[in-house]
Amino acid sequence: MNSNYETVIGLEVHAELKTATKIFCSCSTAFGAEPNTQVCPICSGFPGMLPVLNKKAVEIAIKAGLALNCEIAALCKFDRKNYFYPDLPKAYQISQYDLPICKNGYLEIDLEGEKKRVGITRAHMEEDAGKLVHQGNITSTPFSLVDLNRSGTPLLEIVSEPDMRSAQEARAYLEKLRSILLFAGASDCKMQEGSLRCDANVSVRPWGQKELGIRTEIKNLNSFRALERAIEYEAQRQIEAIEDGEAIIQETRTWDEEKQITRGMRSKEEAHDYRYFPDPDLPPLKIEREWVEQLKADLPELPDQAQQRLMEQYGLPPYDAAILTLTPEFLEYFDQCLSLYNDAKQVSNWMMGELSKYLNQYDIEIHDCKIKPVALTRLLTLIDEGTISGKMAKDVFAEMFATGKEPDVVVKEKGMVQISDESTLLKMIDGIIEANPGVVEDYRKGKEKAFGFFVGQVMKATKGQANPAVVNSLLKERLKSE
Amino acid sequence: MELYELGLYELRDKLNREEASVHEIIESVLRRIHQVDGRVKAFVTLDEENALQKADQLKREELRRGRIAGLPFALKDLICTRSLRTTCCSRMLEQFVPPYDATVAARLNAEQGILVGKLNMDEFAMGSSTEFSAFFPTHNPWDLERVPGGSSGGSAAAVAADEVPFALGTDTGGSIRQPAAFCGVVGLKPTYGRVSRWGVVAFASSLDQVGIFSKDVADCALVMNIICGYDPLDSTSINMKVPDYTSFLSTDIKGMKIAYPREYFQQGVDKKNRELVMAALKKYEELGAIVEEVSLPHSEYALPAYYIIAPAEASANLARFDGVRYGLRDFEADNVTDMFSRSRAAGFGAEVKRRIMLGTYALSSGYYDAYYLKALKVRRLISNDFEQIFKDFDIIISPTTPTTAFKLGEQSNEPLTLYMNDILTVPINLAGLPGISVPCGFSDGLPAGMQIVAKPFDEGSLIRAAYAFEQNTAYHTVKPSLGGE
Ligand SMILES: [Zn+2]
Repeated sequence: MNSNYETVIGLEVHAELKTATKIFCSCSTAFGAEPNTQVCPICSGFPGMLPVLNKKAVEIAIKAGLALNCEIAALCKFDRKNYFYPDLPKAYQISQYDLPICKNGYLEIDLEGEKKRVGITRAHMEEDAGKLVHQGNITSTPFSLVDLNRSGTPLLEIVSEPDMRSAQEARAYLEKLRSILLFAGASDCKMQEGSLRCDANVSVRPWGQKELGIRTEIKNLNSFRALERAIEYEAQRQIEAIEDGEAIIQETRTWDEEKQITRGMRSKEEAHDYRYFPDPDLPPLKIEREWVEQLKADLPELPDQAQQRLMEQYGLPPYDAAILTLTPEFLEYFDQCLSLYNDAKQVSNWMMGELSKYLNQYDIEIHDCKIKPVALTRLLTLIDEGTISGKMAKDVFAEMFATGKEPDVVVKEKGMVQISDESTLLKMIDGIIEANPGVVEDYRKGKEKAFGFFVGQVMKATKGQANPAVVNSLLKERLKSE
Repeated sequence: MELYELGLYELRDKLNREEASVHEIIESVLRRIHQVDGRVKAFVTLDEENALQKADQLKREELRRGRIAGLPFALKDLICTRSLRTTCCSRMLEQFVPPYDATVAARLNAEQGILVGKLNMDEFAMGSSTEFSAFFPTHNPWDLERVPGGSSGGSAAAVAADEVPFALGTDTGGSIRQPAAFCGVVGLKPTYGRVSRWGVVAFASSLDQVGIFSKDVADCALVMNIICGYDPLDSTSINMKVPDYTSFLSTDIKGMKIAYPREYFQQGVDKKNRELVMAALKKYEELGAIVEEVSLPHSEYALPAYYIIAPAEASANLARFDGVRYGLRDFEADNVTDMFSRSRAAGFGAEVKRRIMLGTYALSSGYYDAYYLKALKVRRLISNDFEQIFKDFDIIISPTTPTTAFKLGEQSNEPLTLYMNDILTVPINLAGLPGISVPCGFSDGLPAGMQIVAKPFDEGSLIRAAYAFEQNTAYHTVKPSLGGE
């Protein structure tokens, strides 16, 4: 990247609020149902239908706002955002324009040990639209189908300040935001199901310039990776355009996942005028202070607090603490392990290592993982007791992950018991030393590498079952003498 | 006397004394409709079969339980009725059959009332003459060459022509009171929030209110008891105890303080209309009320403010009619935007389009502050005017309309003249107040109406004042001569 320029990023995130029913009617919000099976005359915009605000959605929005250090409005209102689109049944979206429920918040991201605060301008409630479904290719199909299951799902749109300066910061912000919403119980935050959606506003400016550059808005960012790649691409594109003397146009662009580029969206020539005005069907919403205080008091442990706890209570490094608090499920797994086993760093290593590796590889959620905390900690105990080596444990882990078998069962089935018996091992070591006098001499002359040769030979002879710690100490002793 | 001529109380007595059956009442009303509606054209949909079937199925105990059990009524055709088409008198919804009953329809059904059909109106309630119905105009029973008023013209005409003892309509800027005045019947618009709007197709959500047309004030009070009250499905309906409105049917108005705003007796209000209301005020004084002239200084701004706020809300409310899910769709369109515009171009009439454009303009960026926001401020000032008066007075009285019913076609091409019809009724909607129009005499053989306005949720005072006047005059007993059998 051209280092003469600074990238400036702000994110607009839509999070589906975790309610059982929609924001203005009693239809279910469950994901994945047959099209148009979770609809009613209200969320499909029939004549004469009226919205009634779901109090649970307000409660969750407040919780999310508190978790994001926002001010919660004493009075907010709902407005109509007018535009025509087939998936928008009323041809207006009920949203919040000038009086959002939450504003002036922030969250902190961790940049290689350094904390950075990213401001949250506002978070407002709104209803989701339905979606269009096309059979076959969108350009060749003669019609669109409309699925209104999602229409009326409560959303919180969280708008950040343009405080981020790199794709990595943007990613860290989104990850942190996701953790916070998950811990607060505000949203499922599943990007692939659309319950967390992100648009990025990106601009560049010469270092030292105060004013922001012209920004573009990038849509269709369906993963953390897409967010990072799109920002990197877009910043580079803007820099090159400026260097070539072109003007940046304020526009909406879409991320093309296949080509890994951003593309200007066919602009509907007329600028959108949403003609916001207060929705006369919904009286302004007064939010009692006592209610907010109560919700504040009831907030669960949030990622920052949990990280602090892991560092203080278990002495874990900040990096580990950050990873372990990405989701409440991950943290709960850790906490359960620690109730059964007391080496926190060891648990952390295994969770960040093998466990994460397999979960990602097979795309499995931790609560669906066949290895429960009790099994993982038993595995770690087997290592500690010298029954198996760490290396063997990885094989056992793989088997446990695939089959859900207990570690002891796997160890037994594979005949994987470690040889720690000193007399058995000594016999082998002595034989190997005797058969390789040249190497012994090399070692004694200070050729450290020769030591590894002997370990390898022992392992070979025992088919890897020798206890490496015991082998090490016996070898050292034997090679030192004479 | 034929059964169809009777009011609700009289019909109830007939049923109680077993001098008539529900079947006979419904049959009488249907016969009357067949006899006169070819000329009046109040109904857009008749539901004879269901009405008769329900009449025959009503059980004895149900008859005793329901407050209007076995009694016929009809609804303005923007009040949704399950399984019975609800058109808003628009091509857009000509074939629309709602899968739900509006709360008010459900409440009348729960009292075992019998719906006989749906009534004509200006398309989507936009108009003051019912000439903007996409189907046909309704004729004033007092003079078939004249309009019945609007937008609830079908409801007013049906009651005036003895086609039903009562009907429901909606009032956004005078759409109940003005046609009630033109047709010589009682028309009451309750306080905003008193009656549920759920299932009532919206014109301007912050102004719309469902109300009643009846032959007399007592019947009106009876129906008020049924339709008023909190509805959790309507967030703007108010959770407040509803009094028994029939308890206000008293002629004792001694000491009642009545204000009459001077601004409502100027501004092109016909001399005869003014005189009739002044005479009524005299009557009130005779009955022991205290009558005083007052001023509502912001009155002249009410109409312009109304014609910004109502179209603005309408422009959003009517946007859902896009041809996607129900209603008229143009199948010739090449793409979705084209389908939206062609469907809407074909589905809406000229007046509806005019108001959508007005409203869209008023909300547009760059104009919002100058129009919409300013109109909201004016609305507040008008409310304040009324609040001031109600510190010292119980009710406010004025003519309901500047003129009596005008001729069909006379104003339909002059929107601004037509809008002036609402000049005395619109401020009441802007302030969300309850208002009633009662017959107060005749001008050249045409009925004139007197408007009574009260504090928010004080419909009781309206009913008391209206009843006292009615009981001391005979205007409500005079009927148009449409010819008997
Ligand atoms: Zn629904």
